[in-house]
Amino acid sequence: MGLDKVIEKQGFITTSIEAILKWAQKNSVWPMPLGISCCGIEMMAFASSRFDVARFGSEVFRMTPRQSDLLLVAGTVTYKMAWVVRKIYDQMPDPKWVVSMGVCASTGGMFRSYSVVQGIDKFLPVDAYISGCPPRPEAVIKALMTIQEKIKKQHKPDIFNFGKDISKTPKQENIDIF
Amino acid sequence: MALPKEKIFEVVGSVYENFGIYEHRNQLSIIIPPDRLQEVCLTLKDNPETSFDMLIDITAIDWLKGENRFETVYFLYSNKYKSRLRIKVPLSGDYPTCPSVTNIWESANWYERETYDMYGIKFEGHPNLRRFYMPEDYADPETGEPIYPLRKDFPLMGIPDSLPLPPYPEKYSEN
Repeated sequence: MGLDKVIEKQGFITTSIEAILKWAQKNSVWPMPLGISCCGIEMMAFASSRFDVARFGSEVFRMTPRQSDLLLVAGTVTYKMAWVVRKIYDQMPDPKWVVSMGVCASTGGMFRSYSVVQGIDKFLPVDAYISGCPPRPEAVIKALMTIQEKIKKQHKPDIFNFGKDISKTPKQENIDIF
Repeated sequence: MALPKEKIFEVVGSVYENFGIYEHRNQLSIIIPPDRLQEVCLTLKDNPETSFDMLIDITAIDWLKGENRFETVYFLYSNKYKSRLRIKVPLSGDYPTCPSVTNIWESANWYERETYDMYGIKFEGHPNLRRFYMPEDYADPETGEPIYPLRKDFPLMGIPDSLPLPPYPEKYSEN
């Protein structure tokens, strides 16, 4: 970018607050790793040194949904697990994004069966889908870049409402699994 | 097979003589009616000549047609002789009952619960016969009948609305 040279020459830069917020958000997307089956292994490769997601500012895998921005649903979501996924999604503060990693999370994949949800977009707003069974770490990086592009183009940062809007988990009526 | 077949036949024959035999690729199965299962299992476990002290798994088969629609299968292992045996128990009727073997092998507890959950076979004498994987009130929403997913007449994609999904987040519902 050569920002240091610009600062060296002129001493300051002018920009809008929104642009700088977007720039900061785009380069610090902290994922919430939800590795619920074999895609989780590729997700770990995506985070570790060979593929090095630190280049994109997402190296901090937060093990709590309350500190993360991006929900990485990596694996098969069953009807029982769907409530857990929704609970984790609800605990994440706004703004938040969802990546559906692998065919199982996106469409049910090879599990065309009574117990597997045929795509998590039936109950979650998904921002990026990744194909593959399991996808290569490069594909996950591509999805992260798609999210960054989305933040850059579509997202409007709400300066006064960071982390205030945490939605409530709906109550599960029919079955009691917890 | 470390344990000769004749020895197993002898031990089983000492309790119940008219057992059936099925052999495939050198793997032995013996077929026993449900009312003699307890005695045969107890003998196979306690007799030092066979000593089948380990129950590997219990499952069932749904043949859909025929006189005996269901068949429970018991996989045994003898740690002493490093030998395996399979016991098959044909059951009649659509909602059959089978004696439990939890008093012989403790590990049968969860296997029988799983088999009950998936096939609807009731195990008499089981201490805690509830569903294992599926929700306890898993039933057809229209007729109210309980559903058993591994039966042959169960539809592949399940019965619609029998398992609830969380609702779509309200904030994004217009998208």
